[in-house]
Amino acid sequence: MSKFWRILLPALVGALALSAWEISVRVLDVPLFVLPPPSAIAVSLAQDLPSLAESLVFTLKITLGAFLLASAAGVSLAILFAHSRLAERALMPYAVVIQVTPVVAIAPLVILWTGLDNAWAALFILATLVAFFPVLSSSLLGFRSVDRGLRNLFRLYGATPWQIFWRLELPSALPHLLAGMKVAGGLALIGAIVAEFVAGSGTATGLAWRIVESGNRLNMPRMFAALLLLSATGILIHVALSAVEHLLLRHWHESKLKSD
Amino acid sequence: MRLDSVGKRFANGYAALEDFSLDLAPGRFTSLIGPSGCGKSTVLNLVAGLSDPTSGQVSWGSAGKPDIGFVFQEPTLMPWATVEQNVALPLTLAGRPVSIGEQLAKVGLTDFARAYPRQLSGGMKMRASIARALASHPALLLLDEPFGALDEITRYDLIDQLLALWMEHRFSALFVTHSITESVFMSQRVVVMGGKPGRVLADIAIDEPYPRLPGFRAEPRYAAWCGQVLDALRSAA
Repeated sequence: MSKFWRILLPALVGALALSAWEISVRVLDVPLFVLPPPSAIAVSLAQDLPSLAESLVFTLKITLGAFLLASAAGVSLAILFAHSRLAERALMPYAVVIQVTPVVAIAPLVILWTGLDNAWAALFILATLVAFFPVLSSSLLGFRSVDRGLRNLFRLYGATPWQIFWRLELPSALPHLLAGMKVAGGLALIGAIVAEFVAGSGTATGLAWRIVESGNRLNMPRMFAALLLLSATGILIHVALSAVEHLLLRHWHESKLKSD
Repeated sequence: MRLDSVGKRFANGYAALEDFSLDLAPGRFTSLIGPSGCGKSTVLNLVAGLSDPTSGQVSWGSAGKPDIGFVFQEPTLMPWATVEQNVALPLTLAGRPVSIGEQLAKVGLTDFARAYPRQLSGGMKMRASIARALASHPALLLLDEPFGALDEITRYDLIDQLLALWMEHRFSALFVTHSITESVFMSQRVVVMGGKPGRVLADIAIDEPYPRLPGFRAEPRYAAWCGQVLDALRSAA
């Protein structure tokens, strides 16, 4: 399929779906608070953009911060576990506990500890907890998958532990690291939103709060507009991380090779 | 180099070698031949210091342990690094100045210096691996069935290239193989191994001049040497 069609085809499907939505809402006279037509959502998006953008920035800051901290912590712990079975035995069960505990369940507790005045800190902690585990498990797999032959080669040539890490383990693990971070990017956003839903009010003024508020006021067009911004943010994070991955792996990794 | 009644028993109790002795004189091309699982690769790993013997010892002449180059069964190249970076690895790790133009030229990879391993054929990858093993000008080159996975034409090419490199630099070579013809064609000495745990069955000096040209393969003497090695291999059974 040519590049032209690859872009045009999904765009065409989208346009058709939007038209069908717009027409059926108008023809069937669906009330605005049940399902607003795309045109009303667009208008709301344009009108409320300044205030919505403010909320978006709030959510984005928390998401990015959580993503960075989760990545740093996940990779660091993976390095520690890969080099010390003892550390893995001692700490891994707790990492799993963090992973399997639903964020919604611990959110009230964390919010209580930070206080509603510092709701952002609670959101930050919760989003980090959600995003952290995939980075850890994926990176650990990466550091464990170093080619045996290459390891022997480095030993034969008397490589220092630092050289083994920097020139062998890190590049070997990189594809796994990036895969984990890609998952973490999406999860950080979800974590930030879910936590804010639980916080409900207070000083948290992110996109989740806008969705709750719009729902309470039956302002469905604005709710959809906020939702739209949220999806766009998620897509953007994914695209950005995919681009980084492509940049780092394009020369050598199997996943980036064109079949020829 | 000298292996003195060396034994190797793995943690699971499997004895790969027992009371195994081998002397290597400097500058000689020696092949170590034997069926799969007779401990050939274990010998190489012991010599390289990648594993330690459970009994006996590996000792070196007065000059001490030399620089060692190792060519593995697989090319074992870093997929994220260019051919140039791969070949230069021994120098980079030792913090020595990188000059590998000559090595690349000798194995015909000059034009592929900036290529990544995935862009190379199997034979070219193995050539890069040989160039890397020679990058630090080692006094001892260990080769572990390096040509096993290659097609026959490529194999003959690489054998010729390796012999040319050996004649030029005269490093000691210990070549592990399970190909009788390869061992006879290349070496001055063929050590035949067999049994479990592995031991030396025969030590055959291949008294033939170098350079060994492809025509050598058509000579009756060549067939006779091969027959002698085969007989030694069968004597174990």
